[in-house]
Amino acid sequence: MIVLNLLANIGRLFLGFLGASGRLAIFAGRAVSHVFRPPFFPLITLQQMISIGYFSLPVVGLTTLFTGMALALQIFEGTARFNAEGAVAQVVAIGMARELAPVLGGLMVAGRVGAAMAAEIGTMRVTEQIDALTTLSTNPFKYLIAPRLIAGTLMLPFLVLVGDIIGIFGGFVISVNLLHFNAATYVKNTVDFLENVDIISGLVKAGVFGFIVTLMGCYHGFRSRGGAEGVGAATTNAVVTASILILTANLIITRLFFSN
Amino acid sequence: MAESPKISLRGVHKSFGPKHVLSGIDLDVGRGESVVIIGGSGTGKSVMLKCILGILSPDQGKIAIDGVESVGAGSAERDRFMRKFGMLFQSAALFDSLRVWENVAFGLIQGKGMARAEAREIALKKLAQVGLTTEVAELRPAELSGGMQKRVGLARAIATDPEIIFFDEPTTGLDPIMADVINDLIVSSVKDLGATALSITHDIASARKIADRIAMIHDGRIIWDGPVAQLDDSGNPYVDQFINGRADGPIKMLVLRP
Repeated sequence: MIVLNLLANIGRLFLGFLGASGRLAIFAGRAVSHVFRPPFFPLITLQQMISIGYFSLPVVGLTTLFTGMALALQIFEGTARFNAEGAVAQVVAIGMARELAPVLGGLMVAGRVGAAMAAEIGTMRVTEQIDALTTLSTNPFKYLIAPRLIAGTLMLPFLVLVGDIIGIFGGFVISVNLLHFNAATYVKNTVDFLENVDIISGLVKAGVFGFIVTLMGCYHGFRSRGGAEGVGAATTNAVVTASILILTANLIITRLFFSN
Repeated sequence: MAESPKISLRGVHKSFGPKHVLSGIDLDVGRGESVVIIGGSGTGKSVMLKCILGILSPDQGKIAIDGVESVGAGSAERDRFMRKFGMLFQSAALFDSLRVWENVAFGLIQGKGMARAEAREIALKKLAQVGLTTEVAELRPAELSGGMQKRVGLARAIATDPEIIFFDEPTTGLDPIMADVINDLIVSSVKDLGATALSITHDIASARKIADRIAMIHDGRIIWDGPVAQLDDSGNPYVDQFINGRADGPIKMLVLRP
């Protein structure tokens, strides 16, 4: 009996997971199709780009600055064990550009932007503002969701590029001032070592993460039900699912770029 | 050939899971007529309205607007229906990120592609029609009282000169005087536009004032339908119980008695 219950519960969870994935896929397909079909809302898209891109600069900048600094200290300490301290510049550059700036940037933006989006759209849903849009001949997918998806997908690469520079600069500051590296050599090592693919793979990740964050914010907000509690749950779900999907997508994209 | 009714529902069913909300609604609303649907909470009034608007789609049955079937219509056709509609929501549902006049002008700017300056002029005129001044037009919805929000919602509903206006509980949550003000505004704006109106409410005073015809919904069906003058001698025990607000009668509320 206990075994049967257990199996039934596993089955129910699995079916629930399949259903949720299907709903999300349909939502994503609909949303993306509206990105490419007029009417477009350039002004709202621009507003979203500013709110996602410009206003996330402090949080992404601080995150990558401190991460770059800590990374330099850790790599110096770690590589000293086999007398390879000279590699700090290279490892910081590759670590920031390929992995840390996109992933940490994506997670920070998920917390800042994804949560706010889910709360805003969720409140619009429970106060009938989304129904009101429909009755005013305005498709909520075009007016609310498409501008956010465009803004997220375009602005996260920009944020990550800034994050790359700040993170590498953080490593440089620690290396030169605390670890007594030669500044010119450090810069030369970084520039010589970095390849295009290091930067580009990070920016591609950023674009995908931006899409994930805004999609999750819109999806959970759009589906929220039942007043304040529903909006709260939507906000939590948006951040949690976006974070998990970012980490999963990160592994997949890394594998695709660097499979040999 | 007789003119087709403005709105026509035939055998409309809608269920949510095992719960049957609408079980065969038949209703016709003629051109320029004001019909009010009365009924208790949870009897399917709002669901019926959302089915007509196309926000929900019925499980079976036909809904025709101007004789054109709207269930399962494509998005271009759905847009054409929407352009005929205006709606006042129960909670007013104003966009809180926009100013009052931008709310009223929304359907003109986004829906009809009108220039902002021109749309603003019309919005101010519609706001004046519901008794709101130019100063109010610059405020945010959150700065307004409930009655003012309803009036802005009404101005937004009539801004695009719709052929059909829906009112969802227009007086709920207002004091009796403000409720009467809203009733008067509804009557005058519907008359001015020559529009067809379909309202849902459980406020009998409001229903008497704005309706040409009243229909009562119970258990997902229309159980009585007649001109407002016949409301008091409908001969229907359900209607009598409802309009007199009696706890005892054929409509049973689930109340645990000690």
